[in-house]
Order: sequence, then structure tokens, then C-alpha cells
Amino acid sequence: MALNPKGEGRAIAELLATPAPGVFSPEVDERAARRSLLDQIAKLESELASLFCSAYPRTGFDWRVPSRGGPRILSLGELEAIRDELADRLEDNRRELSERALVEEHNRRLIEEMLLEPEKHRWVRVGNCDIGEPGCKHWHVRPRWGLLGMLMGWWRVRISSGCPLAMGRGPAPRPRHSST
Amino acid sequence: VTAELELRRGWVGEELAAEFPELGLIHVTRPIARWRSPRTVKERLKVMSDRFTGAKAVQVRQQPVPWAYRVFFRQIGIDPDDRRTPPEAAALERMRAGEFTSRNLLDDALVIATVETGVPVLAYDGERMDGDIGLRLALAGERLGGDGRDLRGGEIVVADETGPMAVLFGDTGARHGANTATREVLLAAVQVKGVPDVSVEEALWIAADTLAEAD
Repeated sequence: MALNPKGEGRAIAELLATPAPGVFSPEVDERAARRSLLDQIAKLESELASLFCSAYPRTGFDWRVPSRGGPRILSLGELEAIRDELADRLEDNRRELSERALVEEHNRRLIEEMLLEPEKHRWVRVGNCDIGEPGCKHWHVRPRWGLLGMLMGWWRVRISSGCPLAMGRGPAPRPRHSST
Repeated sequence: VTAELELRRGWVGEELAAEFPELGLIHVTRPIARWRSPRTVKERLKVMSDRFTGAKAVQVRQQPVPWAYRVFFRQIGIDPDDRRTPPEAAALERMRAGEFTSRNLLDDALVIATVETGVPVLAYDGERMDGDIGLRLALAGERLGGDGRDLRGGEIVVADETGPMAVLFGDTGARHGANTATREVLLAAVQVKGVPDVSVEEALWIAADTLAEAD
């Protein structure tokens, strides 16, 4: 049974594979264990795919589970290692998503408070990325009429209109032709 | 519309069939008269591009058929986030390029079939096959395409009766790859657990139908 160079993910069955002299070792059919591991990998992959979709458009998650030099039939130990790594990845990303969701909820509440009492949240800026939404929209508490508004305490929330246009506004500038 | 297709089920090596009982390779050979994509195929790609939004691209991995290939990649030791499954690769390319770019008739046919059904369709030079094709594990010392790179043994390969033609979802031996000189192309769809027969057949039908398109 092939092990990867690091020897990681060795199954208990592999560790116990070397028989002591004179000890009778019965034939073990791995098929049931392999089938069970393949099913577990499928289930974990399903949960990971679902979590990936829930996490979108947030970035910064690590979804990778290192490959095992496939395509080939993996050893029992390698299947166990993939199963464990998928489970770890799932747990880590779930925790990460849950923590981010908490912060995002806080930021949503902050936006509501900013809208209700802008003067108490001077210069605070919250973007779509802070609430787990796609796009460039942001809420920014700014004074009305600049310096005068600052002195008078006239604060308001400015909501941006979204992402800048990819092509810019209006027609493209005319190319400059050299006179020579 | 293409006349009745004669779909054939390739053989699967004993060891591979024991590990993946639902694994299959369904194939059909079709003539290819031209290499340039006709206008109708380009229009079809354009319509598909318009229908295929970012949200849909993100959700590809949750759809049952592409998901089944993702699971299969994991089970055979490939990280699908590193080497994408064909449906996900097509979705990513659509997002990156802004459209499904037309390349040539064969590549366009494969993309259309893969995106429409989620089933990856592979293509080889149909005139260079020796006997029936199937899936098996490579033997140590075998060479890809007979005279290509050495295989270390144990890789899952698409093989004919002479030897390995291509590594499954990997590189194809130079002798068996389809190119502009190819007059007959072998279309093959890999079936894995969770992918119904009808999806596999539909993928091959779409690919064959697209190859038969004319201006």
C-alpha cells in the first residue's frame, strides 16, 4: 500500500500491518471500510460545497484540501487523511463564517444607528464588504455643507451609488493625433 | 438533429470497478468535417453566456451532477479547487473571459455539452483507436500513447487495447489527441456515482449534434 512521502495519514490498519513472527494474521477485507470512507468524503464534500455557497461573496476562506497525486485509487490511510482534512476544513470555515456573520450583524445594526443618529457616529463608514454583501455600496456619515456643517453639527449619512462604471462615464476621450 | 447515435459502454478494469462500481465510460464516434465553428454554434455560446450569471457559476458545485464529479475528484486524489472539474472550469472561464469564447467546433461542442448537462465530455482521435476503449489503472513502465511520457503505474487512464491513451481528466497522448487533421472524433463521457444515464446520454447527444451543425 503506497504512502505519501511524508507518511501522513497512515491508517491504524497499516500501522498494525507488520505481523510479529509466528503470529497468524487473518485476511482483512478493506472494502467495507473503503466504501464507508468514500461515502463520508462525499457527505463532507456536499457540506463544504453548501458552505462555500453560503460564504459567497466573502473572501479569505481556505477551501483547499491538498491533492494526493491522483487520479488513482487511494490507500485506506489516504482516504482517512482526506476525510479528516475535509472535516477540519469544514469546521474551520464554519467557525470563520459564524464569526464573520456576528461582525456583519453588528455592522448592520451600526448602519441603522447611523441613519437614526448620524451626529453620534461622525465620519463612520460602513461598506457592503463589512456586511457580507457584494458590490461597492457604502454608508458614510459626513457633515452637510462641509466645514459649516461640521461647526453647526449638521451630520447626515451619504449612501454611495455603488461600484464605479467599468467603462467610465460618457464617451471615451478622443485619441490624440500627432501633427507630424 | 443527429440521427440515432450508437452509444457504446466501454470496459472498466476489475480493480477500478471494485472501488467505483458506478464508474463508466460511454462513447460514440462521429465524423468531423470542419474545424471552424459555424455561426449557429457561436450564437448558441453567446446565448449560454447571457444565461450564465455569476450567481449560477458560484452554485455549480452544489448542483447534483457537477457535485458528483467534484466528489469523484476527491475520491481519486485530485483537489477540485486546484484542478477544476470540467463543469467548474467552464464556469470559471466564463467568469474570467466574460463569455464562453468560441475556439473551434470540437472545443465548442465539448463546452456546450458540459455546461448544459454538467457531464464532462472528452474527445480523442477516433481513427487512432485500437479496439474498444475503457478505463483501467496504468501499469508501471507503460507510456502514454505508446511513446509519450512514462506512467508511474496506478494512474487511472483511458486506454484502448494497445495501451493508455490519456490520463483520466489529465493529459492526452500526442497520438490520440484530436487535431485539425482528425476526420473522426471519439466523444467519451465519464459516468460516476450520482450521475444518471440520461445526463450522460444527453451530453453525448448535445456534443454530437453540435459537431453536425452547419452554417
